[in-house]
Amino acid sequence: MAQINLKGLRKSFGSVEVIHGIDLEIRKGEFMVFVGPSGCGKSTLLRLIAGLEEISAGDLEFDEKRVNNDVPAKRGIAMVFQSYALYPHMSVYDNMAFGMKLAKSNPGEIKERVHNAAKMLQIDHLMDRKPKQLSGGQRQRVAIGRAIVRDPRVFLFDEPLSNLDAALRVATRLEIAKLHQNMKDVTMIYVTHDQVEAMTLADRICVLRDGLVEQVGTPDELYEKPASVFVAGFIGSPKMNLLQGAFSHDFDCTTVGIRPEHIEIQTDGAAKWRGKVVHTENLGSDSFIFVDIGHTEPVIVRQIGSHRIPVGTEIGISPIDQHIHRFDENDQIIG
Amino acid sequence: MKYYVQETCFYLLVLIIVIASVFPFYYAIITSFKAGTALFEVDYLPTSFNLANYAEVFASPNFIRSIFNSVFIASATVGFAMFLAITASYALARVRFQGRGLLLMTILAVSMFPQIAVLAGLFELVRFLGIFNKPWAMILSYTIFTLPFTVWVLTTFMRDLPMEIEEAAIVDGATPWQIITKVFLPLLWPALVTTGLLAFIGAWNEFLFALTFTASDTQRTVPVAIALLSGSSEFETPWGMLMAASVIVTVPLIILVLIFQKKIVAGLTAGGVKG
Amino acid sequence: MTSYPQHSGGQSLAAQRRKAAFWFLAPMLAALFFVAAWPLLRTIYFSFTDTTLTNLYGGEWIGFKNYLSYRQLSSGRVIWKGTLVDPAWWNAVWNTVRFSVISVAIETVLGIIVALILHRNFVGRGWVRAAILIPWAIPTIVSARMWGWMLNDQFGIINDILLKLHLIETKIAWTANIETAMTAVLIVDVWKTTPFMALLCLAGLQMVPKDIYEAARVDGVHPIKVFFRITLPLIRPALMVAIIFRTLDALRIFDLIYVLTPNSKATKTMSVIARENLIDFDKFAYGAAQSTILFAIIAVFVSAYIWLGKVDLAGEGDR
Repeated sequence: MAQINLKGLRKSFGSVEVIHGIDLEIRKGEFMVFVGPSGCGKSTLLRLIAGLEEISAGDLEFDEKRVNNDVPAKRGIAMVFQSYALYPHMSVYDNMAFGMKLAKSNPGEIKERVHNAAKMLQIDHLMDRKPKQLSGGQRQRVAIGRAIVRDPRVFLFDEPLSNLDAALRVATRLEIAKLHQNMKDVTMIYVTHDQVEAMTLADRICVLRDGLVEQVGTPDELYEKPASVFVAGFIGSPKMNLLQGAFSHDFDCTTVGIRPEHIEIQTDGAAKWRGKVVHTENLGSDSFIFVDIGHTEPVIVRQIGSHRIPVGTEIGISPIDQHIHRFDENDQIIG
Repeated sequence: MKYYVQETCFYLLVLIIVIASVFPFYYAIITSFKAGTALFEVDYLPTSFNLANYAEVFASPNFIRSIFNSVFIASATVGFAMFLAITASYALARVRFQGRGLLLMTILAVSMFPQIAVLAGLFELVRFLGIFNKPWAMILSYTIFTLPFTVWVLTTFMRDLPMEIEEAAIVDGATPWQIITKVFLPLLWPALVTTGLLAFIGAWNEFLFALTFTASDTQRTVPVAIALLSGSSEFETPWGMLMAASVIVTVPLIILVLIFQKKIVAGLTAGGVKG
Repeated sequence: MTSYPQHSGGQSLAAQRRKAAFWFLAPMLAALFFVAAWPLLRTIYFSFTDTTLTNLYGGEWIGFKNYLSYRQLSSGRVIWKGTLVDPAWWNAVWNTVRFSVISVAIETVLGIIVALILHRNFVGRGWVRAAILIPWAIPTIVSARMWGWMLNDQFGIINDILLKLHLIETKIAWTANIETAMTAVLIVDVWKTTPFMALLCLAGLQMVPKDIYEAARVDGVHPIKVFFRITLPLIRPALMVAIIFRTLDALRIFDLIYVLTPNSKATKTMSVIARENLIDFDKFAYGAAQSTILFAIIAVFVSAYIWLGKVDLAGEGDR
């Protein structure tokens, strides 16, 4: 429901500035993901939007109204925490109803909203349990349910999946995607360090680095047109091959990047590079072949299906020309 | 072979520690059951079970009175200290503000005050307020050590509560007061019991203020009553009765301490302060 | 609490919390001022007057006379007066220091030993830990009387044990005898406070990760070397805190000595002699001066520790 504007947002802890002036517009009903390595300031940025941290400079606007000094409860936000942060002494029902009770809502309405949210998340049979008696996945649902009951304008997620095991993580990721489908007009902001989560969930991704925005765009844009070496290396798994020195001079740039799937194995003599296979990873659906062509790191080549090439085999590889990313000496994209 | 020697030595050491810890109290108990001349024979094992000393203690109205005085004073002191300490420790543990470290150090310093240093000033205050020889004098003066102690221990407990639970409550719209009463207190009650118990023991055992601020036998607290319990001359100390009184006031404490053993250890180490 | 730049429109969360913190702290600070700061200031003030117990408000300012003053006789001889030249006071200072150093040293060593034992897993450990809590739970006054009985010269069990073991030949008047009174006090204090020391050391020991010991054992390091090279340095912070608390506690000791060895010159500490002057001898202002000196000594001791920065008493460092 809300459009969020960040204008020159800064945050310092004591004399250390961790957010160095961020301008960003988050559209109504958008699923925006903040992604970046640990220490990039993504969680701090989320907490500034939530109102849990004080903004040192700049403006934060919800629907064109400045909310810098509004307490969290007044901003119309709900938040899902990494550790779930359920109240251990309250039942599931009380956990979800706590906010509305504090707001002195009418009891009938509280009951209705809590039960609707519980039904939506399929936790209505757990209402009398204490958080201790729930599994990790159930706890996370309760935490999401508690947020839904608040009927927020903005839904904030702070690495909500990082405490779950791999299988549950995928399942909950789907849940959250569904939630976004069902709550079309609620703006969602999601913080993660996991680029897979970012790519699968986001309408748009904001890549942060050292307290600055590196690039904002849809997952496709980020994947296909990374604006910098950092984004190129951060988005995509396995990493984009980034070559410097003589390898990049051939392409008239400082760093040249080619994704593993954009490199072909060539058996004829026309291959751009030749090298020995040093390692292969076979995942069944596709295989990654590590080729040492004399660069500091081996080049990774992705092949569809199962390919077994013995270590030590000498092969020729060539990048596909239209998928080459060229970066200048400041690590920025050329052209 | 070497292993068995080592093990034997180890358990021997354990045995010595246990005996050293328990023996004086054990000896007080067996003494308290002796009467007459049996008292003056050294026995290592219980030889008689005479309740005369206990009867004598319970027949002494002043001693019973002193137990009530102590219970009332210690409870009131702890109640008052806890009331102030809960909110204060929340502020010290969870709110960032300038000078917090200094304030914490000051509170800690007060708890380590030599009590004699305030005795003269407190004496004047007690006289000024007209509470000399009344329980209020003790309740007032005991605040000097129970309050910093409870603030300090509760602060360390509050600090250990997860940040995110408080933030969830903030997002839910809870004010600081609601965070304390609706979220933190229900989570902290074991810590509150421990802290309260330690503060209670401290107040129950206090001697200097109680000795100075009471004058009549009806106003004494238990430690003062026991300290001043003596015969008509120094050579006629009623040892049997004295040991019975000692056992009576110590047994409840020991039971409490043993029940809350684990929590007390946690409380002691959290505060690092002697209760 | 602190000045905070006021923005227009509402109060931020941090400002709201700081305001709440102020109101949460105010009653506690007011209470502490009332029972601690004010009486302390009055004590210090009294020490510069000639106030008496019976006439609390009739005292007049006499400067440092309670501490030190001198008068020159017509003969030219200078007579010094005041606490600082009072042999009874210096005797008390010496007793206090002696008591504190010896008791804390013994308690630390015994505490570490007991803690090391309790740190091992053995059958009945819970019971042993419960047993060593008993001395701690017994009120000081009660332990003083219990031990007073055990140390009794005629009928005391301690003398009986020592006689039977042929360690002594005649019964000793432990508490009354000038030579043994301090020993008696030390025995009781060590008995009563070693559990506290042991529990703090044990907590320190339990924070040391187990794999460090396993690594040392794999490397074949001798247990005694492990203790001095690994254990002791790792529990040093916890140990230092415990030692400071114990030392401060020992420096102000009053109740045990007052009850166990009343009026013995060999054990009278600063607190005991100060109270004696304040209340019993009607030298109120003189006692106030002695209280003030004790306070100053402890204050210097504490600030020295804090300034040396060796101990993070407030536990703020990692926050």
